Amino acid sequence: MNKLVKLFTIFISAITLTLASISSSFAKVEGEYIVLGSAISLTGKYSSNGVHTQNGYNMAVDRINKMGGVKVGGKSYKFEIIYYDDESNPKRAAQLAERLIKQDGVHYMLGPYSSGLTKAIAPVTEKYKIPMVEANGASRSLFTKGYKYLFAVLSPANQYLEVAIDLAVEKNGGKPVKIAQAFEQDAFSQDVRLGILDAAKRTGSKIIIDDKLPKELNDMAATLAKVKAVKPDVLVVSGHTKGALTAIRQISEMKVDVPMLAMTHCDAAKLSKQHGKKSEYALCASQWHKNLSYKDKFFGSGKKYDKDFKKEFGYAPPYQSAESSAALLVFKDAFERANSFDRDKVRDALKTTEMQTFYGNIKFGPGGQNVAKPMILFQVRCKGDVCENKVVAPTKWASDKFYHPIPKWSERS
Amino acid sequence: MDFLIFKAPMLMVQASLDGILLGILFALIAYGMALQWGVMNIINIAQGDLVILGGYIAYTMYLAGIHPAWGVIVSPIIMYFVGWALYKLVINKVVDRDLFISILATFGIAIVFQQLMNFIFGADVVVAQSEYGTTMLFENSVTLPNSKIFSAFISILYAIALVVYMKKSRLGRAIRATAQNARAAKILGVDTEKVYAATFGINAALCGIAGALISITLTLHPYVGLPYTVRSFMIVIVAGLGNLPAVAISGMGLGLFEEFADYILGTEFRIGAVFMLLVFILVYRRFKLSKKREYLK
Repeated sequence: MNKLVKLFTIFISAITLTLASISSSFAKVEGEYIVLGSAISLTGKYSSNGVHTQNGYNMAVDRINKMGGVKVGGKSYKFEIIYYDDESNPKRAAQLAERLIKQDGVHYMLGPYSSGLTKAIAPVTEKYKIPMVEANGASRSLFTKGYKYLFAVLSPANQYLEVAIDLAVEKNGGKPVKIAQAFEQDAFSQDVRLGILDAAKRTGSKIIIDDKLPKELNDMAATLAKVKAVKPDVLVVSGHTKGALTAIRQISEMKVDVPMLAMTHCDAAKLSKQHGKKSEYALCASQWHKNLSYKDKFFGSGKKYDKDFKKEFGYAPPYQSAESSAALLVFKDAFERANSFDRDKVRDALKTTEMQTFYGNIKFGPGGQNVAKPMILFQVRCKGDVCENKVVAPTKWASDKFYHPIPKWSERS
Repeated sequence: MDFLIFKAPMLMVQASLDGILLGILFALIAYGMALQWGVMNIINIAQGDLVILGGYIAYTMYLAGIHPAWGVIVSPIIMYFVGWALYKLVINKVVDRDLFISILATFGIAIVFQQLMNFIFGADVVVAQSEYGTTMLFENSVTLPNSKIFSAFISILYAIALVVYMKKSRLGRAIRATAQNARAAKILGVDTEKVYAATFGINAALCGIAGALISITLTLHPYVGLPYTVRSFMIVIVAGLGNLPAVAISGMGLGLFEEFADYILGTEFRIGAVFMLLVFILVYRRFKLSKKREYLK
């Protein structure tokens, strides 16, 4: 019996050793593969968006590899990604970034999901001078720390709802408006709030309710009762999917009448599906919408991306997937322009990126944020019981007219 | 600090009604906890997660096209067996140990439940629609979602049913006997093992009802269980074990407290205020106890 145990132990350690030696032999470029690394939330509270991100990455890897790969020094290379599950935990994400870089020898990184996790990883990639293109960390604080190896294809969080305030002022005949706002207390939502404060200052608007929502939020009846009492011109809510769903549920139940309701995370929350007609007229900030007319040669247009993604994964791509796919297009472009695998050359090439993808124009500002792409707003509109997101702002991309003011609950069927 | 609520009487009415309706629901969860704490001397950290699991059962029915309100009947039945199985698997091994072990064990159960729910139902926040509409009072200035009224009504109904059951039925009597003195009950022929399993099952069933009600009144996702555990823990330590009217009153009190804390201190302190109150009450109780001890000396 004892012998058996011994034998088993030896067997296990042999396997472990082999595995260890395999993983450490990975390097930045392995044969014809360029190896990228990413810590991503496959379990834990971000797991659904983590999977959207991973699907976006995988879709782009397949597409680029199929269409000739990346040409560097006259040779064609393919992308490959090493994933680790960060369990939606920032500490774990930072550890995994170290592991990817030091053990697996990864020289180029893709971002995780969420601002919080990107914030945890960025100091690590910066320390080892590893270029990271991220697609899901929008917090403004990521771009004010002077990171040199961080590039984000998405618009920073403070831009999410600024447009909405401008729109409200425009609808008010250019006069300042009264704003009621409720934001969750996390990095992302607080950045959205800063954007609103800027916009309010710029337009001379007044903030009459400024509530902060707790992380465990599932009841905002008090905020809404106040809104009912003070009658603002616009109500702004940002608290991830939880905030969006709670707000719509309670606004409809409490019959809160506001002329305009602006939110984030409507599509991630599947608002129009979960709440149907109750969510009609809600205005939502989004990084991307399939109807935008950007184009590239890999995915064609947004509509085509939508179709291909549905075919491959069986559901319509949320913007988290689209922006993740765009991150790989950026990497490919940078490798080809650098024409080298030298990290610093790749970084310099990333810095001078100026391109159009199906997801939008991409050009990095000094802090690494994408400055070439505006945020869009869509409005939930329903026909019968089927609700859809229609792009209403900015005017250049608008497919439908912005419906304002929201009809009173007593007039809604 | 915001004193808007004192300027507008309608806000006061709104806050009070919201608080009481919510408090009744909390009291139902707390009653389960009090029962099982009193009988088995176990503080169940997984209480909130059992609630959320109950909610997901109702949500699954909703997805299948059944009205989620039927969850208040289906969910407790399923949850009873979940609780029973949980007892047979884990709790029976810690039931006679000290409190610390049982807290650790149920904490472990809470984590396993969270991850399992995340795995099965996904990390998305979900809601079930009851389409019950809204009751409007005072010319639409105070609104009460009918789903909240419904949930308070169902909670009261089940609480009364449980009290009657505990008083009249054989099992109820056995449970009460075990709570008073497990050893004596055993000597007199009560199968305490069975009583424990049933108690844990009943507790889980109560959580199931509450969960189903939460799926139509609030929102569900796998990680939102802990606030419910804390709330019920608090209600129980205020009310004491085995005192249902006190549990109901302290539940409503907590609901009111939360609602007013929300208006006055701000929404960000809503749950923070509950924790603060918890610390305050624990300190106060200790203070009172130490006085009593001195007196006994």
